[in-house]
Amino acid sequence: MIQTKRENTLAMKTRDEIAQALAGTGYIADAELASAISLMQLLQRPLLLEGEAGVGKTVVAKALASVHATELIRLQCYEGLDQSAALYEWNYQRQLLSIQAHRGEDADAIEDYIFSEKYLLERPLLAAIRRDKPPVLLIDEIDRADDEFEAFLLELLSDFQVSIPELGTISATTTPHVVLTSNGTRELSDALRRRCLYHYVDYPDVDREARIIMARINGTTASLSLQIARMVEGIRKEELRKVPGVAETLDWAAALVGIGVRDLREAPETVHETLMCLLKTHEDKSRVTREVSERLLGKVA
Amino acid sequence: MNCCGTNPGYEEIDEVSRLVAAKLAAFLKTLRESDFAVGLQEGQDAAALMAAGYAEKPGLLRSALKHLFSARKSDWDRFDGLFDAFWLGKRVRSRSTTKGSAKTANSPSLKNLQDSKSQPSAGGAATDQIPASDEAGEDHSGEGRREGASLAENLTEIDFRKMTDPEQIEQAHEVAARLARTMRTRLTRRDLARRRGYRLDLRRTIHSNISHGGVPISLVKRQRKEKPLRLVMLLDASGSMSMYTGVFLRFIHGVLDEFREAEAFLFHTRLAHVSDAMKEKDASRALDRLSIMAQGAGGGTRIGESLQTFNRWHAARVLHSRSCVMIVSDGYETGDAGLLGREMAALAKRCRRIVWLNPMIAWEGYSPEAAGIKAALPYIDLYAPANTLKSLTELEPYLAKL
Repeated sequence: MIQTKRENTLAMKTRDEIAQALAGTGYIADAELASAISLMQLLQRPLLLEGEAGVGKTVVAKALASVHATELIRLQCYEGLDQSAALYEWNYQRQLLSIQAHRGEDADAIEDYIFSEKYLLERPLLAAIRRDKPPVLLIDEIDRADDEFEAFLLELLSDFQVSIPELGTISATTTPHVVLTSNGTRELSDALRRRCLYHYVDYPDVDREARIIMARINGTTASLSLQIARMVEGIRKEELRKVPGVAETLDWAAALVGIGVRDLREAPETVHETLMCLLKTHEDKSRVTREVSERLLGKVA
Repeated sequence: MNCCGTNPGYEEIDEVSRLVAAKLAAFLKTLRESDFAVGLQEGQDAAALMAAGYAEKPGLLRSALKHLFSARKSDWDRFDGLFDAFWLGKRVRSRSTTKGSAKTANSPSLKNLQDSKSQPSAGGAATDQIPASDEAGEDHSGEGRREGASLAENLTEIDFRKMTDPEQIEQAHEVAARLARTMRTRLTRRDLARRRGYRLDLRRTIHSNISHGGVPISLVKRQRKEKPLRLVMLLDASGSMSMYTGVFLRFIHGVLDEFREAEAFLFHTRLAHVSDAMKEKDASRALDRLSIMAQGAGGGTRIGESLQTFNRWHAARVLHSRSCVMIVSDGYETGDAGLLGREMAALAKRCRRIVWLNPMIAWEGYSPEAAGIKAALPYIDLYAPANTLKSLTELEPYLAKL
């Protein structure tokens, strides 16, 4: 077992290489996330990412998919998510047509025929274990699904096989890279947590956020990115109801670049007016008044 | 600990690795003592990591093991300190504080119990602390006011404090039972195949109609499957609540009888799991036993610490996402109100609803000024009075919706 894992590490890169590869796709990872990803490869365990909304949890999976040059299969969880939406479903329309077409034949034979591979519709989880090249399976916002689904997922993640009553057991052809994300609205079961590697995604520090802006937004200068990152850091320290995430920062940076701002201090008016990219509730909007935004702008310099 | 010894990869490795394995096993033990969920599989994986060259630099090993062993944010935050203390020999705060707080949580309650044992003749009032005797004063004034107001012998509006008639108490039990019935079940979106459902189950329909040439003659439908709601009751049995404990114990008894899934806890300065004792058939005997227990420690209330104990030891087993937690307390916290706030936040994440019943709300001039209740309020879904049968019955529509 350890021997095969070692081969995997040789095939997979060290954590610096992973960080570089991620940076190549526009995701600036901190050192810890890079080592989490290298562990994922080594131990073949799913990675559970927790953190506030908008800190870039989902993007990790996307970046990972492009690092491996593989497909990203996404399963968005919601309350009431069940097997037919997550795993597989039969193609009923085609089954009905087929029964019509084979009318008069032996009923058992028809039954065997229409409950075959041909009439099976893959849903994300089944698709993820049947690809030739291991895909990245993103199970997004697992905390929204209910307990039963979590238990079911646990079974799938430990054995990587699925049993379909009409067809029998389908084993995984490849083991997908599984990334789970959670916003922490509900406590996940200890069993699931134990099964996964854990990484807490925090808001990036000023330096990293500036690098993210540089990587993602065309036409920003280093100084402008740094100013934006500092400004956002200041805003996050205000007591807001909805703290802006990295996604909002990028929106705002794109807006500023689009308007043609080169230096935040030269355009305090524009800065205040475009804060709507960051502040998403009425309460927050009224809290960050013109004076507050100017005060924050003063610290940026 | 055995995990490293049984790891097959270690058999051919020399004495040095054996020492490393022993050290790793000791580290796993330290982590388990600090409340990390670390199993055998994790131990093997850690050994594999060290073998794969992650042990070269402490920083690398720390980060790798951190991802492997942490399961939640609190673990994540504590891990670096624990790691440094164990492997690098640095002094660390987090570990000593967790140990220390556990001790302070235990010792006062023990002392309390000893106190009450050493003077068995003294009533609950004698051992009450100062805030509790304050309560007693308010008690009387409240009673006086109420007596003037309700001349009509309306049973449902009698404050529980004045309920002495066994018949009335019996009725309290019945109301509790009725409440329990309405709350017992709750619809979820899980479907179950039924003949008289509201949605067509295409898969089963096609299965059963192949012999009709695919014409769906006999339809199979699905229906919602009823899932029981789990009710977890936490009853404050401190001195300031002593007038109400009896009736609420009755209520809890009704709930435990009627619900398929219910759990009950008592707390004052510590937390006690009482479901089993309460499930005793002879209601009055169970109540007697518990009442004695509740009075014995009736002093201050450490809601925060009790909740901490609950979150730490019971929550994972007792709560799921369809649970409703019902706390019956006056919110007079004698411990740390900040801790109560933090524990309420943790509790709110684990369950669907938190109901806080406060018998004191109905008193004239009461406003939630106690620091405890102030800290807890943001996490409470329903904050309601519960000092009369009527106010309990008024909860029905809300609880039915849970």
